[in-house]
Amino acid sequence: MLEVRELHKSFAGFVAVGGVSLDVADRQIVAVIGPNGAGKTTFFNLITGHLRPDSGRVIFAGRDITGAPPHRICRMGMGRSFQRTNIFAKLTVFENIQAALLAHHGRGRNFWSRSEDFYRVETEELLVSIGLQDEARTVAGTLSYGNQKQLELGIALTSDPRLLLLDEPTAGMSATETHDALRLLERIAGERGLTLLFTEHDMEVVFAIAEKIAVLHQGRLLAQGTPGEMRADPEVRRVYLGATT
Amino acid sequence: MRRSASRLPWTLIVFLAMASVPWIGSRYDAFLAGQITIDALFAVSLNLLLGTTGLVSFGHVAYFGVGAYVYGILMKAYGVPFVFAFPAAGLGAALFAAISGYFCVRLIKLYFAMLTLAFSQIVWAIAYKWNAVTGGDQGLPEIPYPDLGWMSAIPGCGDLSTGARFYLLTLVLVAVALAILHRIVRSPFGRMLTTIRDNPERAAFIGLNVRAYQLAAFIVAGGFAGLAGALYGIFSRGVFADYVFWAKSAEVIIMAILGGMDYFWGPPVGAAALVWLNQQVTDYTQYWPFVLGSLLLILLFVFPGGLVGGVVAGVSRLQRIIAGRDA
Repeated sequence: MLEVRELHKSFAGFVAVGGVSLDVADRQIVAVIGPNGAGKTTFFNLITGHLRPDSGRVIFAGRDITGAPPHRICRMGMGRSFQRTNIFAKLTVFENIQAALLAHHGRGRNFWSRSEDFYRVETEELLVSIGLQDEARTVAGTLSYGNQKQLELGIALTSDPRLLLLDEPTAGMSATETHDALRLLERIAGERGLTLLFTEHDMEVVFAIAEKIAVLHQGRLLAQGTPGEMRADPEVRRVYLGATT
Repeated sequence: MRRSASRLPWTLIVFLAMASVPWIGSRYDAFLAGQITIDALFAVSLNLLLGTTGLVSFGHVAYFGVGAYVYGILMKAYGVPFVFAFPAAGLGAALFAAISGYFCVRLIKLYFAMLTLAFSQIVWAIAYKWNAVTGGDQGLPEIPYPDLGWMSAIPGCGDLSTGARFYLLTLVLVAVALAILHRIVRSPFGRMLTTIRDNPERAAFIGLNVRAYQLAAFIVAGGFAGLAGALYGIFSRGVFADYVFWAKSAEVIIMAILGGMDYFWGPPVGAAALVWLNQQVTDYTQYWPFVLGSLLLILLFVFPGGLVGGVVAGVSRLQRIIAGRDA
């Protein structure tokens, strides 16, 4: 599904990502962990085209997407959620999803029809699926933090992605919100046959759903393997897990 | 209550009230109404960038000016009739917006604003110095009215002066232009622009080519500003370099903010308020900018959503009070 080969990126001499390779198989749930500043978000930005790598390759579903712009990568079937919630704050929840569907179906060039008439049924269905049907008329910026994250997931799903990248999907959530969000993620990934690649600092979350874990440390891949292997790895325990488990 | 109020055809009522000015108002009233009508189109065209797409342009007057000059030059130097010169003014402004916008949308926020200002100052410098074509500081005086003899055939218009007839023509053309802009804002294209306004980073990752959409909005806004400019040139009987001076860009931003840039009808309300205030205040004092500044300060603190935002908030508060009494 996704192959990352020797990805490099530095900012003014500082090596943010230094030669990271990672394979993600179809329908696999993969977590990228590492302490703050390990390069997780930069790594994501390199995959989704928000940043251009200095060298290395990103191959998605057999196609080389290295350096392609975000909107094109999105259209190839990659969805993404962001670390800071990334919704359209002044639009209603319904309009957020509807707008994303319009964009995905390439209707944005239509400047003469009424936008509110499009994809009403699909929007409604997606809202039910992410559990926000009761908030359809709410202005998105006024939603609770957990609900905003749900909505963001909904926006990411409008493009019917095969691979979903989630940057700290439970950051800032309460324990209950985290639990609900994980349930939702697992259910949706199962229903839609999604491949998930996510970053996370909460180890409970990681070990709860990840099938494979990659550990980033100072821009380099320290180790990768199953949750069990990572728990047992002395190097990983030293730099990262030691403090939390 | 709100339902019955919102069902009233407000746009039609305002249009008919504006259209009646030549019959019931003085010549001066008609002058003010013409000014408001043209400024309304100019302000709405700016708001497609400001309120809808989230792009702060400090140089929108450039496209207004290009429209005015294209019309003036076609009319005076080549005698092109209104039916062709008027659309040409819009197309000319849109073309210039395409060229300058291509560079502007490559920058963000304040850098975008500065580059739009730079382009408008370039237009101003050309208007001011290129004597052979633009008339330099003399401008292009005595732009004739288009031939409006045909309006005699419309009942009730037979006795109207050419100026009053041109005002009516302006009103109809602006109404059509606003209807088109309204439709664009409500379309899927308009919806994409609002997602870019709210969050350009996210908009890119729902599959939008953000720069291309921003450029398209820039071109449409420029084209309609050009139409407003052409009308203004005829309305003021001449095209002058002053029209392209940056202060007018500031004025149209004030109109949009004063009226409420989150609402389609905010900028026209702001245009009407500013023209009316200007006229009222200059009757009493020469310190108009001081009074305007103070008024703006108060308005922006009391009504952060502009005049229209203030009315909307007031109406919904009233509704809650009434609903509270009923319950």
